[in-house]
Amino acid sequence: MSREFTPKVVTANDLIEGDAIWLTEDDGWTRDMAQAELIEDEAHGQLRLLHALSQHSVAVGAYLADAQLGECGPQPVHFREIFRTRGPSNHAHGKQESA
Amino acid sequence: MYHYNDFDTAFVRNRVAQFRAQVGRRIDGSLTEDEFKPLRLMNGLYLQLHAYMLRVAIPYGTLNSRQMHQLAMIADRWDRGYGHFTTRQNIQYNWPKLRDVPDMLEALADVGMHAIQTSGNTIRNVTADHFAGAAADEVADPRPVAELLRQWSTDHPEFQFLPRKFKIAVTGAKADRAVIRSHDIGIQIIEKDGETGYRIIIGGGLGRTPMVGKVIRDFLPSADLLPYAEAIVSVYNQLGRRDNKFKARVKITVHEHGIDEIRRLVEERFALIRSGFSGVDQQLLNGIEAAFAPPAFDAAPIGPYAAAYGADPVFRSWADTNLSRHRAPGYAIVSISLKKHGATPGDASSKQMRVMADLAERFGHDELRISHEQNVILPHVRQGDLPAVHAALKAADLATANIGLISDIIACPGMDYCALATARSIPVAQEIATRFDELKLEHEIGPLKIKISGCINACGHHHVGHIGILGLDRAGVENYQITLGGDGTETTVIGERAGPGFAADAIVPAVERLIRAYLFLRSGPGETFLQTYRRLGLSPFKSALYDEVRADAA
Ligand code: HEM
Ligand code: SF4
Repeated sequence: MSREFTPKVVTANDLIEGDAIWLTEDDGWTRDMAQAELIEDEAHGQLRLLHALSQHSVAVGAYLADAQLGECGPQPVHFREIFRTRGPSNHAHGKQESA
Repeated sequence: MYHYNDFDTAFVRNRVAQFRAQVGRRIDGSLTEDEFKPLRLMNGLYLQLHAYMLRVAIPYGTLNSRQMHQLAMIADRWDRGYGHFTTRQNIQYNWPKLRDVPDMLEALADVGMHAIQTSGNTIRNVTADHFAGAAADEVADPRPVAELLRQWSTDHPEFQFLPRKFKIAVTGAKADRAVIRSHDIGIQIIEKDGETGYRIIIGGGLGRTPMVGKVIRDFLPSADLLPYAEAIVSVYNQLGRRDNKFKARVKITVHEHGIDEIRRLVEERFALIRSGFSGVDQQLLNGIEAAFAPPAFDAAPIGPYAAAYGADPVFRSWADTNLSRHRAPGYAIVSISLKKHGATPGDASSKQMRVMADLAERFGHDELRISHEQNVILPHVRQGDLPAVHAALKAADLATANIGLISDIIACPGMDYCALATARSIPVAQEIATRFDELKLEHEIGPLKIKISGCINACGHHHVGHIGILGLDRAGVENYQITLGGDGTETTVIGERAGPGFAADAIVPAVERLIRAYLFLRSGPGETFLQTYRRLGLSPFKSALYDEVRADAA
């Protein structure tokens, strides 16, 4: 039996700025994970990843990351992905700056 | 100090122009990431968790004030007003934008700096003892040799696609401050019967399979250095495993074939290629050595030093901790700590860089060094000028008196920046330093090296820390494993794993238990943590780490 599919988002880094971005339902990219498309089907996830990987001029290194539905939208599960929504812990730089 | 010649300058400028075009083609979509990635890595540009990172080489850790000012300018203009100094004598900028990187490289080229071979499967930035040219215990300045190796290895056609990265470190002293036994090749300048030569060590390395380097040649006459190094790298180039990235470093090659077989092959190759080196390399070395001639030391009166030492306890504490013995009478080596309690190890703001540059210019024969321990060194300061230097450092928040102590921690960027990380390292360093500052124990504890890495790659040298900390991901939670008894000096030892890891909120208390055990167990204040560990072994420290916890759980 294959493992049960857990919800995912497609994420990558922006080509110019290098910061974390997430794929939205309408094929755009957002800097706010809560706006991302939450993927609940494995096959659909593969299609979305393929789409993201073809976006050479916007996104670098796209991959599927575990996510869960929060109050405002998808939220990270793993601590690495939490850091990516926030920025480093030693300086108030990155996304937390504008939050 | 050594200046790039016309060839170097043209080479670096050319490289910047090439990279500018490559970035342009990446942005306009004519290069894919797969095509671009090796090109950007060749120019020191990584992509991390939150942004790009530009790694700039500081060959053998040496800078002049103009270069330091330029690093500050780059930090202000294109980054976030600071830089991070690393264990490989590099500076990393954590927030560059892809578009700006060619301009940053151009600004570096203006002061003879670059990011070439700071990445990729090439011979990397050659590192050296940060006290080079100043240390009292030195046989010879290691930097001319490091520079010769840099010239030989840069763009060396045979060595652009090695099985894996290749790191060389050089020391000119018996006391190893360059961690040469943890490098692919470690070189120690030695004297035998009045002749200068080299002891050559190969196959050291940290990472997932840590190994202590082995001596391949006990005494290599100085004229044979380049052919011998070339023989080593070419034997490795042929024999090194390309089938498995994790087994590709020369440490594994040496381990799998045995040092005797490697030595035989290297000597064979050396005999074959030696005559190809016509002695031009030696002429080159003579020229480089002249460029590294020591400044004219003049023993000025040390009066102000003695007065401040007697009168000012803050100055005295700093002088006792942060100064090292200089080879010239009346001089001292100043280590500037980038480890203020609670700050990020190795970070310096642009303002601090400018203060350090100005001090070097005014009081330090215009020389600065970056140490692998992530501090900055003013190698040549007259003792009489030390009170003035200390006052200026204090005003810039740079006068922390903790060199070699528990808060002088090496930490890699970890998961605050690095895409490969399995856990954070910087906050652990910050918390340990803050805790022991609160306890006011660090001077009593004495010499102690804590080194922290955020993953098995060991960029933070944790295997050779007296206390090493490795951050891991255990089932989606940060977890910290402790190794004990490591040593990165001339008596290099890989630390022993103490046992199961600790959660993020339990790692600082665990370190505190270790230290309390040491203070209790040591034979006297003169016995360092490492000596106590060597005398008693792992067991009492293991008890300190785990017994109490087990009792609690029972
Ligand atoms: C983007 C950030 C970084 C990446 C991707 C990276 C990657 C790696 C990898 C993959 C290794 C293991 C090599 C092997 O075992 O074959 C390694 C080792 C090492 N790196 Fe890093 N590193 C990064 C940052 C740093 C920093 C900031 C420093 C200096 C503070 C550093 C210094 C070292 C050292 C000293 C080693 C171990 C010695 C060795 O065996 O080569 N690295 N790094
Ligand atoms: S040890 Fe791991 S986490 Fe730390 S800098 Fe190296 S690769 Fe990144």
